[in-house]
Amino acid sequence: MKKINKQEMKKIFLDGIVYKNPIIVQLLGMCSALAVSTSVINGLGMGASVTAVLVFSNVIISLLRNVIPNQIRIASYIVVIAGLVTVVDMVLKAYIPSLSASLGLFIPLIVVNCIILARAESFASKNPVLASAADGLAMGIGYTAAMVVVSAIREIIGNGTILGFDIFGGNYSPALLIILPPGGFLVLGGVIALFQYVRSKTEKKEGEK
Amino acid sequence: MLNLISIAIGAILIENFVLVKFLGICPFLGVSKQTETSVGMGLAVIFTMTVASAATYAANTFILVPFGLEYLQTIVFILIIAALVQLIEMFLQKKIPSLYSSLGIYLPLITTNCTVLGVALLNVSKSYNFVESVVYGFSAGVGFLIALVLLSLIRERISFADIPKPFTGAPIVLVAAGLLCMAFMGFQGLSLPF
Repeated sequence: MKKINKQEMKKIFLDGIVYKNPIIVQLLGMCSALAVSTSVINGLGMGASVTAVLVFSNVIISLLRNVIPNQIRIASYIVVIAGLVTVVDMVLKAYIPSLSASLGLFIPLIVVNCIILARAESFASKNPVLASAADGLAMGIGYTAAMVVVSAIREIIGNGTILGFDIFGGNYSPALLIILPPGGFLVLGGVIALFQYVRSKTEKKEGEK
Repeated sequence: MLNLISIAIGAILIENFVLVKFLGICPFLGVSKQTETSVGMGLAVIFTMTVASAATYAANTFILVPFGLEYLQTIVFILIIAALVQLIEMFLQKKIPSLYSSLGIYLPLITTNCTVLGVALLNVSKSYNFVESVVYGFSAGVGFLIALVLLSLIRERISFADIPKPFTGAPIVLVAAGLLCMAFMGFQGLSLPF
C-alpha cells in the first residue's frame, strides 16, 4: 500500500475545504444546501450527517475498489450509500428526534446527493483507504463550513437570532424573505459571488509577485 | 376527482418541487443553459416520475408494508428508480433513437435527481393511494419542466447581458432563480375551494 505524505494530506484538505469546496466551487449538493440552511442548527446537523456518510462511503468504496466490476460500479456505490444513509436516518430518529423532524425528507435524500457519488467515483474508487477517508472528511468539512456560513447569514437577517439566541434585542423586525425559499437562492448567490471576488483579488496579487 | 385536481395544482404551482421544495436543484442549474435540452430533460423526468411513483407505490404496499420492512424504503426505492431509468434508457435507444441521442448524458443522471426519490418518499409520507400517487408524480414532473424551461429562457437572455464580474457564472443564475422563486411565491396565496 502506498503511503501518503504530509504534503498530499495538506492538499487533500485544502482542496476539500477551499479550492474545490463542494457547494461554493463545485455546486454539488445544492438541494439540501438551499432547503435546510434556514437556521445554523439545521445547517450543522445536515453538515454532520453528510460528513458521516461521506467518510464511511469513501472508506467502504475504497476497500472494495478492486472487487467491484466496472460495469455495475455506480449501482454498487448507490447501494453502499443508501445503506449508510439509512443508518444515519435511524440514529437521528432515535437520539435527536427534533433535528430529524426539522431536516425531514432531506436525510433520506442524502442518497442522491451528488457530492457523495462524485467523491466515490472520482476519488475513493482510485485511491487507498486512508487518503479516501481524509478526502471524505475534508469534503464534509467544506460542505459543513459552507452550510454554516449560508445558514448563519439567513438566520441573522431573516430571524434576528443566531443558534436560537436573540442578538438584536427586540427592536429588529426580521426580513422574512431571507428565510423563505427565494432568500436561499439570493444568499447562496451572494456568498458565491463574494468568494469569486476574493479569489480573483488574491490571484491577481499572487500574479504580481 | 376534485381531490386529484387539487393535488395536481398543488404540486405544479403552489408547492412547486424545484422552487418551493428545493428538490432537483442540480439539474435545474446544470441543464438549464439551453431551452431545447431543458425541454427534453423535463419530458424525460415527467415520464420517469410517473412510472416511478407507480412502481414504488406497488413495492411499498405489496412487499415492504406486509413484511414490516418500512425501514428499507430508501434502499429499495433508489434501486427501483435506478432499474427504471436503465429500462427507459434501453427502450428509448431501441425504439426512439433520436430522442435518446438528444438526451445523451442527462438520461442516466435522472437516477440521482432528487425529485424522483423525493416524490416516492413523499407519496409514502402523505399516504396517497395508487391513483393519487401517480397524479402527484406526474404533476410534480410538470412543475419541474415548467421551472426548468422558465429558467433556461431567462438564462438565454442573461448570456447577452453585461453582469458584474464576481457574479459571472453560477451566482447570477442563483439570483435569477431566486427572483423566479419570488414570483412563484405569489401562488402560495392561492387557496383551492375544494
